[in-house]
Amino acid sequence: MTQMEERAPAPGQEVAPLLEVKDLKMHFPVTSGVILQRRVGDIKAVDGVSFTIRPGETLGLVGESGSGKTTVGRCIIQLNAPTSGEVWLDGVELTTAKGKQMRAMRRRMQMVFQDPYSSLNPRMSIGSIIGEPMLVHNITHGKNELQEQVAELLHVVGLNPSMADRYPHEFSGGQRQRIGIARAIAVRPEFIVADEPVSALDVSIQAQLINLLEDIQEQFNLTFLFIAHDLSVVRHMSENVAVMYLGKIMELADRNELYENPLHPYTRALLSAVPVPNPRVEAQRERIVLQGTIPSPMNAPSGCVFHTRCPIAVDDCKVVTPPLKEYAPGHWAACIKV
Amino acid sequence: MTEFGDVPEYLLTVEGLKTHFFSRSGVVKAVDGISYDVREGETLAIVGESGCGKSVGALSIMRLVSSPPGRIVDGRVLFDGADLLEVSESQMRTIRGNRIAMIFQEPMTSLNPVLTIGKQITESLELHLKMQGAEAQKRAVELLEMVGIPDAPSRLKQYPHQFSGGMRQRVMIAMAMSCNPRLLIADEPTTALDVTIQAQILELIKNLSAQLGTAVIIITHNLGVVARYADRVNVMYAGKIIERGTAIDIYENPQHPYTQGLLDSVPRLDEDRKRKLESIEGMPPDLMNLPAGCAFQPRCKYAIERCVEETPPLLTVGDGHTAACWVTAGSTSEVGA
Repeated sequence: MTQMEERAPAPGQEVAPLLEVKDLKMHFPVTSGVILQRRVGDIKAVDGVSFTIRPGETLGLVGESGSGKTTVGRCIIQLNAPTSGEVWLDGVELTTAKGKQMRAMRRRMQMVFQDPYSSLNPRMSIGSIIGEPMLVHNITHGKNELQEQVAELLHVVGLNPSMADRYPHEFSGGQRQRIGIARAIAVRPEFIVADEPVSALDVSIQAQLINLLEDIQEQFNLTFLFIAHDLSVVRHMSENVAVMYLGKIMELADRNELYENPLHPYTRALLSAVPVPNPRVEAQRERIVLQGTIPSPMNAPSGCVFHTRCPIAVDDCKVVTPPLKEYAPGHWAACIKV
Repeated sequence: MTEFGDVPEYLLTVEGLKTHFFSRSGVVKAVDGISYDVREGETLAIVGESGCGKSVGALSIMRLVSSPPGRIVDGRVLFDGADLLEVSESQMRTIRGNRIAMIFQEPMTSLNPVLTIGKQITESLELHLKMQGAEAQKRAVELLEMVGIPDAPSRLKQYPHQFSGGMRQRVMIAMAMSCNPRLLIADEPTTALDVTIQAQILELIKNLSAQLGTAVIIITHNLGVVARYADRVNVMYAGKIIERGTAIDIYENPQHPYTQGLLDSVPRLDEDRKRKLESIEGMPPDLMNLPAGCAFQPRCKYAIERCVEETPPLLTVGDGHTAACWVTAGSTSEVGA
């Protein structure tokens, strides 16, 4: 494995990380005009994000819509080519990897998508949806073996193996998400990006899927990047949590630290906004209601991107871009007021 | 006006409401005999998962269920002494949007994309309050300011696509509140919104309803959302109310296994992290082929024979607290019988 000199900030460093993201940037150009397209600006969807994930761990990535969390996931899996930055998976730099090497790496990382309705091809049977990645990566030999493996995978995700000949429309949202998970683990990856895998589902089905994700993580020794907007779900799933806002990480810490001792005003506001199913607790809770909405990433505010909504912002916040600093071992925050 | 002449005990009383959808492949019993009431000024939450009939129940009150295929086959909806299911369509129009207002889940699809926000707000002012021109404009500006939209006069000239999701929901609230309704029905008002915006919208609904004395029915799938706001809670499953009580009853002492399951299956920030979530196995039933007896019985870990044989009615388990379960609620009431 390649030894890296400088490491991106991350809690705990004893075990070499499986995934390392360094100063990742994804800027989408905004053009104007029909024939002669002039570049009029950039949407800075991801603007300098760094973190590491150790093998077998889950990093939760939370943020509101438009914070860039999905784009981070897509850039890691190389569904988007990032503008700059590095993505290392087990010692291989993915943004520059090509050909055979890239193909080999693609088998080792998979993605589970948010919308179980649009992420399955309606014209393919469940069996071929789950079997296709195995054929693409040549990890199965012969039709019988493929069928056996598909049946086994369906069993692992809690579906009846006899369903392999059915089509996506015959399944409910929760079952479709199980199919998406079966497809992702079909090629025995080490790393999975789960992009809001349960947010489209009903409460009682969410719990089933969360338990399933945890089971397969243990069974196949998977490392997860778990992207979600629901802070309660993220706390349940993740060892470490990164909070994103407008393309930047605002706070990064291990689960207990982040939820019990949040440093960044944005994290505090997010946590206070999460409803708790307990009327007595709710009646006493102080709620930090943030004003306004997340600004457009096309003209992000100067200085700290959060200053326009921050309840404790001072004049300096408009000028100074706060670096992500380590305030306690493994607890990083980007705020000059901490 | 005789509006306040004889104030009924309840603002709204729903009795045995049944709304069924008739399709070629069968009858979908979306709402299958629900009864509840709403007191003046209170906030009632109706909680349930998708397909449990919570939205159809609310649409039935407003007589907005599209027919065909839907039809209200039975029941009464008493509001201000009149049965809303019996009044003429023209009378209903004077109530809808005026005395009872509604806000919907998806603020983009419930606003007209080709009309300015101002036009859409003044429409109900002109229709119900007979305001005109400058007077309506002035009131529209006040309404937008009331829901916290800055720069209201120029925002009135804009179209829905120029508003963010949270702002659109504020516009919906401004429209709903424009005629000082007695009852506001909010159908999943924050489901499509981010958590920080959700907090803004819920606080806004709470403050406005307190200020104007409006009763609120808030429909949601998220038990957490309503803990802070609801006085009473109805839990629905497969077209029926399966538990009803005060918010404290429902959250601290849930009696129906489904309510207990819903509360156990969500990870929550106010408790230590559980190693494993206790999920409810299986899926909600097909409303066209409901299981025999209690609709929850195939997923219920406490189910006994009686649950398959007989559908449990709402049984009293405490003061104002009822649950439709033979096992948890039946034991106490059977002793008495």
